[in-house]
Amino acid sequence: MKALVAVKRALDYNIVPRIRSDGTDVDIAGAKMSISPLDEIALEEALRLKEQNKVDEILVVSVGPAITQDVLRHGLAMGASRALLLEAESLLDQLGIAKLLHALVEREKPDLILLGKQSIDDEACQVGQMLAGLMNASQGTFASKLQLVNDEIIVTRETEAGTETLALMLPAVITADLRLNEPRFVKLPNLMMAKKKPIEIIPANELVTHLEPRIKRTQISPPATRPPGILVKDVADLVTTLNKSGALHS
Amino acid sequence: MSVLILAEHDGQHIRQSTRSSINAAQARNEPVHLLLCSDHADTLAHEAQHIKGVDLVLHASAKHFAHPLAEDIASLIMKLGNDYTAILAAHTPFTRNILPRAAALLDVGMISDVIEIISPNTYVRSIYAGNILVTVKSSDTLQMFTIRTSAFKPAENQERAAPVQSVSAPDPFKRTRFIDEVHHVSDRPDLSSAKIIVSGGRPLGDQFEALLTPLAKKMNAAIGATRAAVDAGFAPNEWQVGSTGCIVAPQLYIAIGISGAVQHLAGMKDSQVIVAINHDPDAPIFKVADYGLVADLFEVLPELTDALN
Ligand SMILES: Cc1cc2nc3c(=O)[nH]c(=O)nc-3n(C[C@H](O)[C@H](O)[C@H](O)COP(=O)(O)OP(=O)(O)OC[C@H]3O[C@@H](n4cnc5c(N)ncnc54)[C@H](O)[C@@H]3O)c2cc1C
Ligand SMILES: Nc1ncnc2c1ncn2[C@@H]1O[C@H](COP(=O)(O)O)[C@@H](O)[C@H]1O
Repeated sequence: MKALVAVKRALDYNIVPRIRSDGTDVDIAGAKMSISPLDEIALEEALRLKEQNKVDEILVVSVGPAITQDVLRHGLAMGASRALLLEAESLLDQLGIAKLLHALVEREKPDLILLGKQSIDDEACQVGQMLAGLMNASQGTFASKLQLVNDEIIVTRETEAGTETLALMLPAVITADLRLNEPRFVKLPNLMMAKKKPIEIIPANELVTHLEPRIKRTQISPPATRPPGILVKDVADLVTTLNKSGALHS
Repeated sequence: MSVLILAEHDGQHIRQSTRSSINAAQARNEPVHLLLCSDHADTLAHEAQHIKGVDLVLHASAKHFAHPLAEDIASLIMKLGNDYTAILAAHTPFTRNILPRAAALLDVGMISDVIEIISPNTYVRSIYAGNILVTVKSSDTLQMFTIRTSAFKPAENQERAAPVQSVSAPDPFKRTRFIDEVHHVSDRPDLSSAKIIVSGGRPLGDQFEALLTPLAKKMNAAIGATRAAVDAGFAPNEWQVGSTGCIVAPQLYIAIGISGAVQHLAGMKDSQVIVAINHDPDAPIFKVADYGLVADLFEVLPELTDALN
């Protein structure tokens, strides 16, 4: 069984993003970049399936400029079998990424496709569902538990009211939620070894020709800040203050 | 041409979030059609007809909608989609599972979690856990987007009943099978529509629900939680507030034993009044709190519960 995991390179989640002084974009120059956290969870899940001998090959894929190879190396260091970059210099939208991944899926024919439920920067929560739609395949989004049983994958997913469990026929698309697992730490020797592994590169426009984004950013700005608050001295003070503020009245 | 809204319900009622999307859709000045998928021709359609701003209810009734799959509803939306100028819904776990799939089937780009509609193709949304706002413009003729429930007022009821038209559901998608579902039972109001939310973090421990319920009951509040509390198994996942959970903006949000990580703040910092109770005066939650109390939560929680009447 073959698994494909799509990972996005994004500003590390511990770093507070700032707007570039020219006001055009988020300033990522020199900042620490990582695999978007939920994508790392998706990759970890594939690795665990491989360790259970349910999966024998893991292909880790990213769409982005040449520099994206750094996070693919991290994926190799975590234990992916192969890494592939769909090289695109310009910014794509979620539909464009889904179309590229779809074209790659047709070429690679994986049984299982894993993604994060949403990227840490764009927070669109779209690519997995779009890809499943293009493939006309089953989708198990926001997964908190996975189990491969024969040729089906049993997915427990997080819903508005709790959880639900679905059985999907393969090939299927899974998107990982936070509670699926905790990714492993990568050991230094593995990182060193991954430096020597090859990364396959395919220019994006070789796979899909019309990638011009439909959704374009026209402006970027900081959110409104809240006025500073006050400290109250005890519970009685808090209750008095709240009563005065009107916040307790419905 | 008209706007299509995907309705969400719990089998008994249309969710508040759907009412917010109905109000958001009014910005387009076009007739609003509400697509309701359920397994029985019922009271839901009646409720839908009477929501202010709805001009037509499209009711797809099918046995397999008892446990609706994204695969099925997305193909229904694809069938209907080209008759509309816009398709929208609230950015909830239910609809965000479906709409992107439908968008891909219709070959349309999609905008998620819109907080402001500037023009019929321009929107504001937040990225990086609420740290940055972006204005985005879509060049598609069909606009597809989800709205942030807390950013739009829910539509009220109307006397007039909009007509109901039934639409046939496509055959069920055979490659996905529903097995079961687990719902956490609680008598607390819905997180996404509550006026007051009492929210707790990891330090509440396995007494999480027992500690917060008396206070929440007194205030008629919903209960929220941090990811850390949910991960530890102290609170059910549907209570999680934050960038990967529920985004809320109640009249009052009381954060108890919550550090204030950006991913949590992303889910609550637009609340009208924020109260923080934390024993660490340097906890980041105090930066967004209107009223802060530096104290041990185990001491002040019972006191606060007693003091409120
Ligand atoms: C991709 C990603 C997505 C995430 N999404 C979310 C999300 O949606 N929602 C979310 O909440 N988190 C999310 N997180 C996790 C987030 O980063 C924090 O780890 C989490 O919010 C911390 O929860 P906490 O405040 O309960 O726990 P802690 O960080 O452990 O903080 C506990 C706080 O309680 C205080 N405290 C301890 N004991 C007492 C006491 N006796 N009395 C008073 N105060 C006390 C401490 O001073 C501390 O400030 C996400 C993380 C990642 C990587
Ligand atoms: N540029 C990219 N390269 C590879 N995978 C991506 C890319 N962008 C998004 N994804 C995948 O799609 C998921 C959802 O992203 P989004 O729809 O942007 O929130 C991410 O968690 C990734 O798994």
